[in-house]
Amino acid sequence: MALLEIKNLQVRVEEREILHGLTLTIDAGKVHAIMGPNGSGKSTLSHVIAGKPGYEVTGGEILFKGEDLLAMAPDERAAKGVFLAFQYPVEIPGVATMTFLRTALNAQRKARGEEEYSTPDFLKKVREISKQLSIPQDMLKRGVNVGFSGGEKKRNEVLQMALFQPSLCILDEMDSGLDIDALRIAADGVNALRSPERSMVVITHYQRLLNYIVPDVVHVMSKGRVVKSGGKELAHELEASGYAQFEDAA
Amino acid sequence: MPAVQETVDRVRRIDVDQYRYGFETVIESEKAPKGLSEDTIRYISGKKNEPDWMLQWRLEAYRRWLTMQEPTWARVDYPKIDFQDLYYYSAPKPKKQLSSIDEIDPEILKTYEKLGIPLREVAILEGVEPVPGAGSPETRKIAVDAVFDSVSVATTFKEELKKAGVIFMPISEAIREHPELVQKYLGTVVPTSDNFYATLNSAVFSDGSFVYVPPGVRCPMELSTYFRINERNTGQFERTLIIADKGAYVSYLEGCTAPQRDENQLHAAVVELVAHDDAEIKYSTVQNWYPGNSEGVGGIYNFVTKRGDCRGNNSKISWTQVETGSAITWKYPSCILRGDNSRGEFYSIAISNGYQQVDSGTKMIHLGKNTTSRIISKGIAAGRSQNTYRGLVTAHRKATNARNFTACDSLLIGDKCGAHTVPYIEAKNSSATFEHEATTSKISEDVLFYCVQRGLSQEEAVGLVVNGFVKDVLQQLPMEFAVEAQKLISISLEGSVG
Repeated sequence: MALLEIKNLQVRVEEREILHGLTLTIDAGKVHAIMGPNGSGKSTLSHVIAGKPGYEVTGGEILFKGEDLLAMAPDERAAKGVFLAFQYPVEIPGVATMTFLRTALNAQRKARGEEEYSTPDFLKKVREISKQLSIPQDMLKRGVNVGFSGGEKKRNEVLQMALFQPSLCILDEMDSGLDIDALRIAADGVNALRSPERSMVVITHYQRLLNYIVPDVVHVMSKGRVVKSGGKELAHELEASGYAQFEDAA
Repeated sequence: MPAVQETVDRVRRIDVDQYRYGFETVIESEKAPKGLSEDTIRYISGKKNEPDWMLQWRLEAYRRWLTMQEPTWARVDYPKIDFQDLYYYSAPKPKKQLSSIDEIDPEILKTYEKLGIPLREVAILEGVEPVPGAGSPETRKIAVDAVFDSVSVATTFKEELKKAGVIFMPISEAIREHPELVQKYLGTVVPTSDNFYATLNSAVFSDGSFVYVPPGVRCPMELSTYFRINERNTGQFERTLIIADKGAYVSYLEGCTAPQRDENQLHAAVVELVAHDDAEIKYSTVQNWYPGNSEGVGGIYNFVTKRGDCRGNNSKISWTQVETGSAITWKYPSCILRGDNSRGEFYSIAISNGYQQVDSGTKMIHLGKNTTSRIISKGIAAGRSQNTYRGLVTAHRKATNARNFTACDSLLIGDKCGAHTVPYIEAKNSSATFEHEATTSKISEDVLFYCVQRGLSQEEAVGLVVNGFVKDVLQQLPMEFAVEAQKLISISLEGSVG
């Protein structure tokens, strides 16, 4: 069954069309990889799904669990289970990571009409997850991402993913700026979250990341469209032959 | 770009009409005739049963004021004030002589209840989470002096304070009951000739608080004054005088609100602090005067002179202020560091939204040896407001080893507001060490988007980022005020982004 259906999506940024009628279906419980060269529209796609301001949707639709996603505010989308792990997570000085996590989690729960977590339950949950991700407790007391290394920032994204339990996780260039060890820790965290209830969209330039997070389906994007879809072997093909072959197809 | 357009629209519709304290209390009042003259001053002095020396002091100030010009150097813009078109004294009409709180007009009691100010002697427990080191909540009490228009209507915990030797009463009473103390200190920190508004205040002040903490006494509770302007066309001119004698300690809180009105109202207060040897005064303000509506109509003109004198060696004065209200704020709580090893601190959060104009900062005047000062100022501008930090740090010839550290950070929300930093630094002693840091930043769309992607609403996101920005200063506030101030900050910025 489809969790996310994108039909003929057209998107502009400042009068320039970036996505020219993109169609893509993400199946429930599957890991989809989206590969493509710089400027093919991968990050634009992730931003439009999450609802970032500055993008104008001029055509097409996005259905999430059968509902019109584009009609929802970004925080509503988050509460419904859309999570975007950022390529460059921002720093928020003076706001302790722990405070941020609790505020965000409770905002989502409130939006869904659920009870807020009690402090002891919340702390227990965060401790459990951070232990699995080897996140030291003192990092949680620091300002959100302030003074974090690249690896720590990405682990913090995975921590939030594990805490919020979203049904759709979009990982935007998770491997950028990570060494192999940091990448492995982050990828292990992601793999632990794979489940039949959760779909993932892994956006990347390189096949390398897909050695750690093995996808069920691979899509190739070029010039604002999905030009080819296939199994995980498609990623290896790309690694060998490059993106140039798709330039014309687009 | 629909989302961005929406942001722009929301900013345009900016609404500071969210003011929660804008109600008016309908009571009978007794006013001085409109306008200002020697007769007005005699009227006020007479109403207060003042001794002749006080009347003469006022008249001298008034004559001085007639020769003075309104200052124009601040970065604020407002139509000329007609000082003859104001009432200088307004008091709730007493039905008879009051002997207990139960005889206060119930309308006034209701007003303070609505504002959340307990005038009955109950400890403030609501909304306070016990924090390690803050003492158990059962023992935390706050004594309140409530000033309604021109008079003090109630002071709580007077008896308990008296046992500790602390004098806390309306200044009008102190003039009658402790003339020797008032005469010794009044006008010694802010002289009657100091500046246009301070001089005006000296002539017409009607009430305010008086605090004296005797040598070696640590004041057993927080002292607090709550100022409320109610009457139309009435200026409020309160005068506060706080003295911490040798080795004494006192923490004092001040809160202010006013009804929502179309016309501008004038508030020109004077606060004087005196700290003797080894004494410490901590003065905190949460200023939430009515800021005017979304078109910039109405609101309080807040022209205030606040100054502390670290008169003794090893004394310390610390100002903490959270400024969210007023159409115009003109206010520079300062420290004169006269005693050797004395220390001055200024922690400020100034938030402006709508059409508010803030010109605020501090003066640290280093006179004694080894004096230190610290300035942490956080300005937040939203809407079409202008927010200026103006600060002076000076070391005089004899101020060997004076040290100052200043950090001024400004945060802009939207693109129609302005933040300005105007530091003046003078060192006449070569051993002085002055450090100044300033930053200006904008809440970025990326940070807001990150927060909303994690489920926060736009407004929660702004509130969170701003609270992070002002955290260093909030930590300086007494706990009850910190909780209150945090809420106030979120309310002040409601509607400032889309």
